[in-house]
Amino acid sequence: MPEALRRIRVQCVINGKGVSLEAYPMARLLDVLREEAGLTGTKEGCGEGECGACSIEMDGVLVNSCLVPVLQAEGAVIRTIEGMAGAGQLSAVQQAFLAHGGAQCGICTPGMILAAVNLLSRNAQPTESEIREGLSGNLCRCTGYTKIFESVMEACRLLEVGK
Amino acid sequence: MKDPQIGKAVPRKEGREKVTGSARYVDDLTFPGMIHGVTVRSSIARGRILGIQFGEGIPWDEFTIVTAKDIPGKNCVALLIEDQPCLADQFVNHPEEAVVLLAHADKYLLEEARRAVRIETQPLPPVFTIEDSLARKQVIWVEDNIFKAYQVEKGNVDTAWEAAEFIVEGEYETGAQEQLYIEPQGMIAQAGPGSRVTVWGSLQCPYYVHKALVRLFDLPKEQVRVVQTETGGGFGGKEEYPSMIAGHAALLAWKSGKPVKIVYDRAEDMAATTKRHPSRTRHRTGISRDGKLVAMEIDFTLDGGAYETLSPVVLSRGTIHAAGPYSCPNVRIRSRVVATNAPPHGAFRGFGAPQSVFALERHLDRVAAAVGLTPEELRRRNFIHEGETLAVSQVVREKVQMDKLLDRALELSGYHEKRKRFATENARGPIKLGIGFASFLHGAGFTGSGEEYLASEALVTATREGKVHVLAGSTEMGQGTNTIFAQIAADALGLDCQQIEILQPDTALVPNSGPTVASRTTMIVGKLVESAALSIRKTLQDAGLLKAEYGSKEFQDACCRYIEKFGALQSLVKYQHPQDLHWDDGTYQGDAYGAYAWAVYVAEVSVDTRTAEARVEDFVAVQEVGKVIHPVLAAGQIEGGVAQGIGFALYENIVWQEGRMANGQMTNYIMPTSMDVPNIRVYFEEIPYARGPAGAKGIGELPLDGTAPAIANAIAHATGADVRAVPMTPEKLMELLESVHA
Amino acid sequence: MRSFVPQYRMETPRNLADALARMAREPGVWRPFAGGTDLMVLLEAGKLPHRQFLSIWKLPELRGIAVTPEFVTLGALTTYSEVRWHEVLRREFPLLCRAAAETGSIATQNRGTLGGNIANASPAADSPPALLVYDAELELVSARDERWVAFHGFWKGYKKLEMRDDELIRRIRLPRNKNGWTQFYRKVGSRHAQAISKVCLAGTALQESGSIADVRIALGSVAPIVLRATETEKILRGQKLTAQIAHTAEKALAREITPIDDIRSTAHYRLRVAQNLLWEFCEVLAS
Repeated sequence: MPEALRRIRVQCVINGKGVSLEAYPMARLLDVLREEAGLTGTKEGCGEGECGACSIEMDGVLVNSCLVPVLQAEGAVIRTIEGMAGAGQLSAVQQAFLAHGGAQCGICTPGMILAAVNLLSRNAQPTESEIREGLSGNLCRCTGYTKIFESVMEACRLLEVGK
Repeated sequence: MKDPQIGKAVPRKEGREKVTGSARYVDDLTFPGMIHGVTVRSSIARGRILGIQFGEGIPWDEFTIVTAKDIPGKNCVALLIEDQPCLADQFVNHPEEAVVLLAHADKYLLEEARRAVRIETQPLPPVFTIEDSLARKQVIWVEDNIFKAYQVEKGNVDTAWEAAEFIVEGEYETGAQEQLYIEPQGMIAQAGPGSRVTVWGSLQCPYYVHKALVRLFDLPKEQVRVVQTETGGGFGGKEEYPSMIAGHAALLAWKSGKPVKIVYDRAEDMAATTKRHPSRTRHRTGISRDGKLVAMEIDFTLDGGAYETLSPVVLSRGTIHAAGPYSCPNVRIRSRVVATNAPPHGAFRGFGAPQSVFALERHLDRVAAAVGLTPEELRRRNFIHEGETLAVSQVVREKVQMDKLLDRALELSGYHEKRKRFATENARGPIKLGIGFASFLHGAGFTGSGEEYLASEALVTATREGKVHVLAGSTEMGQGTNTIFAQIAADALGLDCQQIEILQPDTALVPNSGPTVASRTTMIVGKLVESAALSIRKTLQDAGLLKAEYGSKEFQDACCRYIEKFGALQSLVKYQHPQDLHWDDGTYQGDAYGAYAWAVYVAEVSVDTRTAEARVEDFVAVQEVGKVIHPVLAAGQIEGGVAQGIGFALYENIVWQEGRMANGQMTNYIMPTSMDVPNIRVYFEEIPYARGPAGAKGIGELPLDGTAPAIANAIAHATGADVRAVPMTPEKLMELLESVHA
Repeated sequence: MRSFVPQYRMETPRNLADALARMAREPGVWRPFAGGTDLMVLLEAGKLPHRQFLSIWKLPELRGIAVTPEFVTLGALTTYSEVRWHEVLRREFPLLCRAAAETGSIATQNRGTLGGNIANASPAADSPPALLVYDAELELVSARDERWVAFHGFWKGYKKLEMRDDELIRRIRLPRNKNGWTQFYRKVGSRHAQAISKVCLAGTALQESGSIADVRIALGSVAPIVLRATETEKILRGQKLTAQIAHTAEKALAREITPIDDIRSTAHYRLRVAQNLLWEFCEVLAS
C-alpha cells in the first residue's frame, strides 16, 4: 500500500461564503471544488490547462482550477459559475448566452461564462478581436464560437443599458 | 391559438441549467456507496494474452477485479455483429483493448493499482495501413481483411471512356479525426447482483447501449435500463463507444454490488475511443468536349481499425455520397473498409461522407483545370436537377436548385472579385490569398431501408393540467433536440413551447426512437412527434372537447375532461416508410435517402509561404435544408460543423505510433480556438420538404462534408499547390510548396 | 488524475529565508513550486517524479517589477500577465511582452511565471528567446550566498541548469541598453492561440551607418535548449545587409540548430521555418 500523507484544511471564500475544505495539499482545486465543496458547475475537460472548462476566478483573476494545487487556495477569494446568478436573476452574460445560442452542449459554458465575465471586468467594451483573444483559452467544440461572440457583444449592450 | 413557435428563436429548453452550471453531467452525479472503476488495456497492437500479473504493494483484496471470465452473457459489444469483445480474452487486436477492470472507492489508489497490473502478451505481427491491409500483409480479419465492400453501377462505365475528350485521375486521402466533445465519456452503473442492470451516462443512443447490455448480461430486456445524463457533446463519438463503457461499469457493479462510476480522463478518451475513419479515394473521370461528366470511376477505401463496429454503415454513406450532387450517366463506385490493428474507427458527424466528398470536390477542381473551365462552370454544367438520377439511380423528386445556391454563395463571398484581385495581389509578398468552394449534398436519415428497419416510435402524452410530454429515445447533446421537439409539438397543438416538456431519455420510460445520429432527429423523429401531437389534438377535437380555435386554458380544460372521461391521453406513433421509396441492398440502387440537404460552401484562406500556415479568413455557408425550425440553433449547427471542418482541413492531425495515438492530449491534438475560426457566415434557402415536420430536413452532419474541400481548393488557388490530403498541416503544405517551386 | 496525490507533499514557507533555509538543510529534497502551469500538467499525467515541494507562489520577496535607470528588474514570480501589461516593458522590451501574450491562455498567463519558465527549461518556451536577445541576467539566491549570472549559458543542456539544488531564482533583470535597436519576434505554433511553438525566433540589432553594428538572435524549439545563434550573429555583425549576407547567415543557422521530428512537427519544417524567420528578420532590418 503506498504511503499516504495527512489531509490538510484549507480556508477560503467561495462565492462570498467562507469555507474550510479538507484535502491532500496537492489535490487539484478543481477536484476539491467539485467533490468537497459540491460545486460541480466547474467542469473538467482535459486536466492540462488547455480547454478552460475548469476556469474560475481566484483573487480576481481567471485561472484553470485543474492547475491549482489546493494548498495555494489558502486565503483565496474564489468565484465559480454557481456564484454568477444572484437570487434567481441571471447575470447579463448568462442572459446573453441563453438568448443568443452561446451554449449548446453546455460543458464549456461555465468556464466560457467565467472567462467572458472576467474579460468584461477588465474591458467593458471589447472589440471583436479582443473578445476572440479573451476567450481563446476556452475551447468550444459545438458553436464554432460565432454565437459566443454574439452573446458577449449582447452582454456588453445589456451591461451598458443597465448602468 | 398561440403564434407559431417554429421559425422563432425560442429559448433553449435546458439552457438555464447550462448557463448556471446546474445541469448535471455524468461526472457530476454521486450515488450512495459509489465506487470508481478503471480499465487496464493491452499494451501491444496485436498478440496473444499469456497471463495477467497483479504487482506488489497494492491491497488487491480491497479491489473488485473483473476479467472476461466474469461476464455472465456473451463477451461482446453487440452492435451490427458481435465481433468486438467487451474484455479481451486470449487475443488482443489493438493497443487500447480493455483486458481487466478494477474498482475501488479511492480514485488515487485505483490509478496506482492500474499501473501495477501487467498484461503478459506474445506479440503477433500487426497491420497499420490501408495499403498493408489490402495487400494482406497479415490476415487479421477473416480471409481478406475486408469488413464490407460495396459496388454501385450506373450506366456502363467501361464503354463510356470513348466518349470522353479528357480523362483525369487522382488519389486523395483524409486522416483520422477525434470528435473531441469537451465532456469526456463516462458511465455510472448499478446492478442488483444477478438480476438487474441500470446505467446512467453520456451517450447518444440509449437503445444501442440497452441492446449491448442485454447481450452482455444475458438478461431479459426489461431488466436492463439505460438513462441518458446531460451530454457534453457527441458528434458521433458517443454513438457506439458508450456501450463499451456501460458494459465495463455494469460488470464492476454486478460483481461488487455497488454503484460504479467510470469517467475517462482526456488521455484515455483520446487514445481508446473511436475516431473518424481515415480514407483513401481514387478517381478516374471522363469529360466530354463541352465539359459534361461522361464517366466517373471511384474507388473508396476506409480504414476500419480492429473490429467491424459501425464501419459497414459508415462505408455505405461514404459510398453513396462519393459522386456528389451531379448528373453523370455512367458511374462505378467500388468501396471497402479494411481491418487494421488500431482502435476501431467509428461514427463522426458526416459518417463517411466528409471523406468521399473531400476527394470528389478537390478532384473536380483539378478536372476543371485540366478541361480549361472555371471550377464553377464545370459544376454548373453537371449539377443534378429535378427528375435526373444520382449515382445510385435515385431519381431526384425534390426541387433542387444547386445553381441558385452556387450563385448566392459566390456572390455573398465576393468570389469573382476576389479571384481576380488575389491574382494580382499574390504576385508580391509572402502572403498568398485564395478562395475556393465545394458543392455537395447530404442525405438525412438512415440509408436505404434503414429507417424501415428501425421502425422508430415516439410518444406524446398530455396531463390533466394540460402539460404535454414528449417521450422519445432521441438525445439532447447540444444540438437542440429538446427545443426542436418542443417547437414541433407546440405548433402541432397550438401551444407555447413552455407547455411542452421533453422527458429525459430513459429506456424504462421512452420508446425506441432509433439512435440520435444521421441527421435524422428533426426530420424523422420530429415528424413522429408532430404526428403524435396532432393526433392528441384530433382526439380532443373528435371527442368534442376542443374547438377549432382555442387557447391554452381551453386546451387544459379539454385534457382534464378527456382524462376524467376516458383515462390516459396519449399518442404513440410509429414510423411508416413512404410507399414510393424503394431501396435494393443487393444492387445498391434506389432511394438512398428520403431527402437531401444541398449546399455550396466558400472558403477564403491566406497562406504565409514563409511558414506554410494556412488560415481561414472568411467562410460563407449557403444551404437548402427545408424549413428551418429554429434559426439560432440551425445556424449554430452549421457554424459548429464548419469549425470542426476547419479542424479536419488544417489542424487536427493524429500522430500514430504502432496503432496508438501518440498525441492524445489537447495540447498536442490541435482543435481550433476562437482565434482560428473566422466569422462563419451562414445562409439558408428554405424549400419545405413534404415529409418533414413543418417541412424540415436534416442538418447536423451537412457542414462537415463541404468545409475541408472548400478550404483545400482555396489553398490550391492561393499557392498552386496540388493539395490531395487533409489535414493540410503546415509541415505537409511546406513540402507541397517546395515541390511547386522546384 | 494519474498520480497518487496523497504521496505528494507541499508546504508553504513563511518567507524567502525560511524557504532557502529548508532548501539548504535538505538540498534537492524540496523543490520550489510557483504557478504550477507546468508541474500540475505533469502531476495530472502521472509524470511528476519529484514528490516534495515548497509553494513559493505567495512569497512577496519574489514579486514586483522595479525600474531603475540601468535595469528593469522582475521578481521571479512575475506572471506573464504582469509582463504583458507593464508600461516600461511594453515600450522598451516589446518582444518579452509579445512572448508573454503568446504564452498559453489568459488563465495560464495569470499563473505562469517568468522564473518558473526559466527553471522549467523547456526548449519550446516562449519567453527565453526574448530574454536571450535582451541579455537578461538572473539572480540566484541561497541561504549562503547570492549571485548574478547571465541567462545566456544558464541552460547547459536539455533541462540542465547552471544552478545548485539549494538555489532559487530571485530576480531577472534586463539592461536598458537597447534604445535604437530594431526588434523582432515571431512564434510559429500549431494554431493562433494557446499553442506550443514549433519554431520561435527573437532578434535584436543595432544598425549604424548602413551596417549591422551589433545583433542578437535566439531561437526556441530547434535544439535541446533555447539557443543563442552566436555563429549566425557573427556572420551578420559588422556587415552591410545584402541578400548574399542573409543567405550566408541562413546557412550558418542551419549548422548551429539541431531540429528534430516529434509529435508536433518535423525537423525539415523547423529548419526551413527557422531560416525563413531569419530571412524575415533580415528583411525587417533592411527596410
